[in-house]
Amino acid sequence: MQHTLSVLVENKPGVLARVAELFARRGFNIESLAVGTTDRPDISRMTIVVDVADKSFEQVRKQLHKLINIIEITDLEPQRAVERELMLIKIKVKKESRSEVIEVVDIFRGKIIDVSKDSIIVEVTGSSEKLRAFEDLVRQYGIKELARTGRVALSRG
Amino acid sequence: MRLTGAKAIVKSLEDEGVEVIFGIPGGVVLPIYDALYDSKIRNILTRHEQGAIHAADGYARATGKVGVCIATSGPGATNLVTGIANAHMDSVPIVAFTGQVATNMIGTDAFQEADTTGITLPIVKHNYLVKKASDLPDVIQEAFYIARTGRPGPVLIDVPVDVSRGELDYQRKETPRLPGYRPTYKGHKRQITEAARLILRSERPVLFVGGGVINSDASAEVKKLAVDNHLPVTHTLMGKGAFPETHRYSLGMLGMHGTRYANYAMCEADLIIGVGVRFDDRITGKLSEFATGAKVIHIDIDPAEIGKNVGVDIPIVGDAKAVLKELIQTVDALRKEENSPDLRPWHKLIYDWKKKYPLNYQLEGKLKPQYIVEKLYQITRGKAIICTEVGQNQMWASQYYKCDYPRRFISSGGLGTMGFGLPASLGAQVGKPKDLVIDIAGDGSVQMTSQELATAVIEKLPIKIFILNNGYLGMVRQWQQLFYNRRYSGSCLKREVSPDFVKLAEAYGLKGIRVTDLDQVEPAINEALSHRGAVLVDFQVEEEENVYPMVAPGAPLYDMIGDILYPVEKIHPEKAEEPFL
Repeated sequence: MQHTLSVLVENKPGVLARVAELFARRGFNIESLAVGTTDRPDISRMTIVVDVADKSFEQVRKQLHKLINIIEITDLEPQRAVERELMLIKIKVKKESRSEVIEVVDIFRGKIIDVSKDSIIVEVTGSSEKLRAFEDLVRQYGIKELARTGRVALSRG
Repeated sequence: MRLTGAKAIVKSLEDEGVEVIFGIPGGVVLPIYDALYDSKIRNILTRHEQGAIHAADGYARATGKVGVCIATSGPGATNLVTGIANAHMDSVPIVAFTGQVATNMIGTDAFQEADTTGITLPIVKHNYLVKKASDLPDVIQEAFYIARTGRPGPVLIDVPVDVSRGELDYQRKETPRLPGYRPTYKGHKRQITEAARLILRSERPVLFVGGGVINSDASAEVKKLAVDNHLPVTHTLMGKGAFPETHRYSLGMLGMHGTRYANYAMCEADLIIGVGVRFDDRITGKLSEFATGAKVIHIDIDPAEIGKNVGVDIPIVGDAKAVLKELIQTVDALRKEENSPDLRPWHKLIYDWKKKYPLNYQLEGKLKPQYIVEKLYQITRGKAIICTEVGQNQMWASQYYKCDYPRRFISSGGLGTMGFGLPASLGAQVGKPKDLVIDIAGDGSVQMTSQELATAVIEKLPIKIFILNNGYLGMVRQWQQLFYNRRYSGSCLKREVSPDFVKLAEAYGLKGIRVTDLDQVEPAINEALSHRGAVLVDFQVEEEENVYPMVAPGAPLYDMIGDILYPVEKIHPEKAEEPFL
């Protein structure tokens, strides 16, 4: 099952390695990871998405809690959380396909942030599903490069 | 107060009340060693860094204080790794200092550089790479606090040489600031009430105690709970001494080489009360058949241990002592409300098992290792601090040297580190100078750290090393005999060729004694104990003696082999005490 963990950590060197090691040791793949400071510069928030069985997940979560630099862990349930991801995608465009691509970008409320002779870079934000849908739609034109931030999330209310 | 980093380290150690450190100097820790030169802290030079950390470990286990060791960068630090993992597995409070190359050289593969914090990351409770001299006082204070509180464990501090040489204003905080570290000490009230009711209602309870009881100094509470409620008690290897083994409620150790009656009791129980234990695979046997008919109460300070291996009905996160105190009171308060069942049939059943299946071995033939441990127990009247190596020697020591008090049986449990016993006994002797400290050793294990014999002599530590010398890596040989068709691949140590342990002892300046026959055992033990200095006794025992009973790996706990081979009149049984009736 997929879990989204929101983890408040002390903003210190080596914390990411400690967290990553806990998952790596058990052979769990981290599907997505986003780290940044919070409103307090000494505290960072990690948003970690993992796909593991519930029992193993519970064990990892408890182990994470034992790390000295970890302050708080929340297991975000999708219904009670807002999740967003940002994607930059460089799409091949030809004269005849340009307007078609722009139409798709508009439908997904994406932003064109760079234009060149044979490609454009689009910024899209939204849920992972939305980004995947966008990616699937523009694949026919040719994707030159793609970068995703990984999921960030906050609990609602 | 303006100090150099190195002086601030020593000042911090003094402020933490450190009496002794074990270690070996080297390039990048020279500033720290130089500062130690002027300190009252005893500075014990071992012959290998592994010896230093095991000694710090033995010191910590014998005294309950934090053990401290120090090593230089690179190989010094990597030589500590085994000892750190060992302390981590057995929850031993240690602060280990390592030197590191100068901050501007880190990551350049400089001479004697290793990524010490990276290497030790999975085997420490926490570690630090100190980047600024001014961070040292806080880091050291936090390290000691983390090592000794909650579930204890090793903390490593990596100090680059320019940080030791740098300067700072020394100031010590009242308490360390650790926003992410808040161990739970007090148990959940409602859970404790539930547990109390289960205890009062159960017909076949077993109290199952481990190292957590010793760490939290809760043996008095264990005894009170057991005696007040007539609970049979079994212990893990780490829990030896948590409850008096000579008490009639004691079932001895359980698990792979536990007593048949302890394992039977666990299998037949309707309630298991685990305190400070982690349901390790050496304890549970085949997990799917472990205690299938029992409810499980699990009291532990580490929430990550609860429900890890065995399903738990009543989890209680908290310090063993605090929770047991509350549990005892709650049971007392509820006793009138509950119509508790008669426990006498359960005790009678256990008594019958004890009579029928005592620990036993055959005395005939060559010198038997069990006999030596038994004699040692009788002669020392169970009063010694016993350290062990790992393997058969360790299991015989735990089976035949009964232990009535905590912190008097020191053994590498989780990691199973051969070579632990000798240096650990040095540390125990440093911490407990008036006590008799004995290392029950095997010939294989003791050779892994035998260079520390020099430390024993030079530091005037009168430890007694009793080698049960069977010329094999004995436990390996036993497994090869039982599960690999007696093909002794790479396990024979050829004792007839080398070493001559008596000469080895004498070369280092110890007294050496060799024993080959039964009638020499008692005089040799007496001679060793009456000698003022360190002694090594080489007991040349039966090569192919096995540790029994045994639960084969992967077998269920009730399926024990090997201990009922002999006709009853030939065995050398321990006596079962009358149950309460």
